[in-house]
Amino acid sequence: MAVEAQATDVTGRSTAGAQKRPKPDFDVDAVRRDFPALHQEIHGRPLVYLDSAASSHKPQAVLDAVSKIYGRDYSNVHRGVHTLSQRATDAYESARSTVRRFVGARRDEEIVFVRGTTEAINLVAHSFVAPRLSPGDEVVVSHMEHHSNIVPWQLLCERVGARLVVVPIDDRGQLDLDTYAGLLGERVKLVSMAHISNALGTINPVRRVVELAHAQGIPVLLDGAQGVPHGGVDVAELGCDFYAFSGHKVYGPSGIGALYGKHELLADMRPYQGGGDMIRTVSFAGSEFAPPPTRFEAGTPNIAGAVGLAAALDYLTRLGADAVAVHEDDLLAYATSRLEELPQVEIVGTAEHKASVVSFVLDGVHPHDIGTILDHQGIAVRAGHHCAQPVMERFSVPATTRASFGVYNTRHEVDRLIDGIAETLEMFGCRT
Amino acid sequence: MSDLRQLYQEIILDHYRSPRNFGPLEDANHDACGHNPLCGDRVQVFLKVEDGKVHDIAFEGAGCAISTASASLMSEAVKGKDVDEARDLFERFHDMVTGVEDVGEHDLGKLEALAGVRDLPVRIKCATLAWHTFRAALEQNPESISTE
Repeated sequence: MAVEAQATDVTGRSTAGAQKRPKPDFDVDAVRRDFPALHQEIHGRPLVYLDSAASSHKPQAVLDAVSKIYGRDYSNVHRGVHTLSQRATDAYESARSTVRRFVGARRDEEIVFVRGTTEAINLVAHSFVAPRLSPGDEVVVSHMEHHSNIVPWQLLCERVGARLVVVPIDDRGQLDLDTYAGLLGERVKLVSMAHISNALGTINPVRRVVELAHAQGIPVLLDGAQGVPHGGVDVAELGCDFYAFSGHKVYGPSGIGALYGKHELLADMRPYQGGGDMIRTVSFAGSEFAPPPTRFEAGTPNIAGAVGLAAALDYLTRLGADAVAVHEDDLLAYATSRLEELPQVEIVGTAEHKASVVSFVLDGVHPHDIGTILDHQGIAVRAGHHCAQPVMERFSVPATTRASFGVYNTRHEVDRLIDGIAETLEMFGCRT
Repeated sequence: MSDLRQLYQEIILDHYRSPRNFGPLEDANHDACGHNPLCGDRVQVFLKVEDGKVHDIAFEGAGCAISTASASLMSEAVKGKDVDEARDLFERFHDMVTGVEDVGEHDLGKLEALAGVRDLPVRIKCATLAWHTFRAALEQNPESISTE
């Protein structure tokens, strides 16, 4: 496939960065100064935060934006005729435009504000798939999904008598594309797949996933919870029908996220929740629903969250998607090579295309013990099943330790992690 | 780190690597399963209880050093004890790891190796999972035990 001439490769990630050396204008020290939470000591040691895939920290620009809307421009949106309501509405709708530009959507109406990826997936399950699903129909997911892209479909399939079909992954944690293509029968009503695996770091060939599904007339939802933070996304380029992501993993507030949906699909969908703001007219004889996106935003939305999310996306845009990708790729490569120096370490998830997430197990030491011991050295990692129990089962481990890297992490912090692991091994009496 | 080294001391690591009373118990007349959904740890406790006494105990499962060592130490501590004594032991152990009372007031012997858990709130459940499961087995609670 000729990827050279295109802005993104088959994984939907920018390829521009991969061939270039780090841009001189990406100054990680300056980036770190933007994140106040990083500058603290934990158990007497400077914090090393390697858990951005669970939730990232927030730059001052996001804190300021949230503070500003609450401190000056706040009221309810889409309601009052007074000045503050107008300011809040402008800020909220301007945030929608920012998200639209960031993900490459054509129209603001294609961006629905939600609580996060989980709600976005549930929205699509309820409002798009449920009415199209008959007994015996199928929804296709992969073996590497987060629970949030499994359970909504299980609930729906159980209710309808439909089947959840799982695309296998290989021993490196890569999607089995041939099997996937063979599963795309006429009973399949939706493919829902992670852009990037939170537990393994695998970047899925999502453009190919979309092409193959569309060739059979099957719509595709991409779970972009990890996709947006690690190199960004261009939904027009991917061609997906829906794309879901959360604010809190992309340096924005928690409790806000967005669902991109093609306008023609959203316009034809029934509401997700009923309430204020999502209607055109209400009478006891029946209600007429507002057009998208407000049809899907019942009740007072997370106004400050949306404004904070927009500030986070603006911040990332200023850093530059390519520069971020280069920086994170460098950390991933460095962390991988340093971990491989330790014979007791086994990395879980060794896909060819990976984002800056490294899951590993240590021979003889349970991830929870590693997590506790690293914490006492000021190092925050995730230990557990990462809300992806089927992945753990696939690799026959009860849990893993996961280090994930964001814009603010450094090679020095990777070294701290390696020292921490060495100390853990030493405490457990393993030779290093 | 020194506090932590006190917790991850030799006795804990020894019981983690070589858990005592580990495996099935063929003539068990009580058993229960425990599950910590937070970390996925699972433990199954088998008991042979007669005349109000824990004659034998065994456990199976996979978990972290703290949960495995706690299960192993518990199995040693309750074996041969009267059921009432064993229940009382759990109460005192629970008070110790949750920090209700100071260490040293319990006279818990080897179980005191787990006292440091009180400073690690998220790990208390690791230390108590086997005990909760033990109590459920005594009561032969048919429901699976969860720390949640």
